[in-house]
Amino acid sequence: MTDIATRKVSRDNAAVAKNGGGPLATRVMGPIESYRADFQRQPAAPDWLQALRTRGMARFEALGFPTTKNEDWHFTSVAPIAEQIFRAAMTSKTGVSSEGSTAGMVARADLQRFTFGQPAWHSLVFVNGEFSENLSSYAGLGDKVRVSSLGKAIRSGVGRPERHLGKIAAFESHAFTALNTAFIRDGAFVELQPDAVVDLPIHLIFVSEGEGEAISHPRNLIVAAQNSRASIIESYISIRDSCYFTNAVTEISLGEGARLDHYKIQRESEKSFHVGTTQIRQSRDSQLHSFSFAVGGSLARTNIYTSLDGDGATCTLNGLYLADGVQHIDNQTSIEHIAPNCPSHEVYKGVLDGRSHGVFNGKVYVHPEAQKTDGKQSNNNLLLSPTARVDTKPQLEIFADDVKCTHGATVGRLDEMAMFYLNSRGIGSETARTLLTYAFAADVLETIELEPVKSELERMVLARFADSGTG
Amino acid sequence: MLEINDLHAGIGDREILRGITLKVNAGEVHAVMGPNGSGKSTLAQVLAGNPSYQVTKGTVTYNGQNLLELDPEVRAQNGIFLAFQYPVEIPGVSNAYFLRSAYNEIRKAQGMEEVDPLEFLDLVEEKLKLVDMDQAMLSRSVNQGFSGGEKKRNEIFQMAVLSPRLAILDETDSGLDIDALRIVAQGVNTLRSPENATIVVTHYQRLLNYIIPDFVHVISNGRIVKSGGKELALELEEKGYDWLQDAGAGAAA
Repeated sequence: MTDIATRKVSRDNAAVAKNGGGPLATRVMGPIESYRADFQRQPAAPDWLQALRTRGMARFEALGFPTTKNEDWHFTSVAPIAEQIFRAAMTSKTGVSSEGSTAGMVARADLQRFTFGQPAWHSLVFVNGEFSENLSSYAGLGDKVRVSSLGKAIRSGVGRPERHLGKIAAFESHAFTALNTAFIRDGAFVELQPDAVVDLPIHLIFVSEGEGEAISHPRNLIVAAQNSRASIIESYISIRDSCYFTNAVTEISLGEGARLDHYKIQRESEKSFHVGTTQIRQSRDSQLHSFSFAVGGSLARTNIYTSLDGDGATCTLNGLYLADGVQHIDNQTSIEHIAPNCPSHEVYKGVLDGRSHGVFNGKVYVHPEAQKTDGKQSNNNLLLSPTARVDTKPQLEIFADDVKCTHGATVGRLDEMAMFYLNSRGIGSETARTLLTYAFAADVLETIELEPVKSELERMVLARFADSGTG
Repeated sequence: MLEINDLHAGIGDREILRGITLKVNAGEVHAVMGPNGSGKSTLAQVLAGNPSYQVTKGTVTYNGQNLLELDPEVRAQNGIFLAFQYPVEIPGVSNAYFLRSAYNEIRKAQGMEEVDPLEFLDLVEEKLKLVDMDQAMLSRSVNQGFSGGEKKRNEIFQMAVLSPRLAILDETDSGLDIDALRIVAQGVNTLRSPENATIVVTHYQRLLNYIIPDFVHVISNGRIVKSGGKELALELEEKGYDWLQDAGAGAAA
């Protein structure tokens, strides 16, 4: 580990690094400069990727970290991320990728509690952003399905990831996506050929186990050709309660009539930072069912952006976020109705306890050509403590005239009459509170089609607030 | 079993109960009657421990304990049950889960072992018959989408399962047709025993045709203005409450 690993940014630009080389004291590097240095230290990549990374880095440097003046970040200050220098996997002592060595610290048994009790499901495991062949198992997917690590595909050229990579996720306008693009190295690459049907879910597990402020930039690419069908789960987890930063991007292309059930399960360490963007393009008659669950991170932001490009494409974006303590959990969604006749449904629910802060920002844009759009969006929040806070901003922008769109948001507290009703039946306040919290979340959990995921999330909801008081 | 002495209670600054004194022994059924706004429902809520009401004066002793000191769940664990006038809907929690939680909490408090879902199902089967309810009702969310009659039957069903020592029925008859009324009354009567007591709060006499009270009390203006036997209920049916309300107003002055 280098000294960068443990060094916080000095607010004093004139500060001198104690171990600076030689008589000319070196100035402490700022975070952006540090990213630049890490960027330059990356091992060489094929020309197309080198070019893409360079564009990513340039955009990141031009955009800088967003401030709360940026409308999309109005309720979320990323200062804790922007002011810290994270250790890139690249900058380990040897200067080479630490493949093998980090993965070696994670055992299969460590992952067991994150696999929904389904050892048979296909799984790709990434440790600190890097693929671990040893921990993964994905045999028997059939010849219409190709699953590999993106790193491997980049090196071998198999599947030509360059056809899609960087073409779906908008790194030109999003700083974190640009930053991820500058550091594209590994992640999952899932290709479904026409009519491919994957019976068992594919579980992508991103585990952070590092000590010290490590950063990883998982980059995933899912290409589902026409009429293919799969369920893909992305789990972001940690096996140690450590401070690190996950900056993930997933690009998804859905061909005509393809159906993808996509689950994002964010259960990072409560000391960590998480920014994750999932961006989807949907062709005619494709179906996206997205469920985003967020419970971890001290500062966490999940973006789910989809674009309904083809006639009759449908999307369901549902989500649940649970925050406690001083957590800040932000969810942003965007649905672009480009083509006509597309229904979109969205329900996000949040439960906030302690001094936590939840944010929901949901945009629905209906473009002029998108006639007969049927859009429903709602966001409901339950505040369990007087010091918890939520900011919700459903946004509907309609430029077509023949559409049916509704949206709404609520913020409420536990129903006192319901509390008394439960109490009057002998159920103590703690249990009553858990039960009502669970009840609040029940209908959105009910939309999860994968039974093992549903029951695990239900269990987590019940456990999450069971031991916390009313204050 | 229950001794209420000079009980004053209300919401905020508004005093609703202005000195209720009432004694209920095991094995007895007491009817508490009175016009709208007389305070009879408040009495039921206060006995069950609704935190929206504040007791300002007086005492309530239940089996030798100071009832007013106990949290509502502890009262329930000690055998008090309130059948709500307006049962609360709890979307997302199944009736079965809700009632099993309640049953187990009460058992735990009494030092008994909890029952598992299957045992519980066996246990409730006969109680469902008592109130003529279908088993499918168990998997529905608590009171959600229930008709008025179903909600009231669900209250009596819960009462049958939890088998309280002191049951308080708050306007259980309101909004019930005659068949539902008969079912509810049958349920209550089946649960009557020398060890248990029941307080039936009602506006109308008709429920008392089916649940025969030992004592009838009339509340007016926050006080019991008249007590008597079951014949008092019939007298009220005939004469209305007006002849007693004057007495209540006079007493309050």
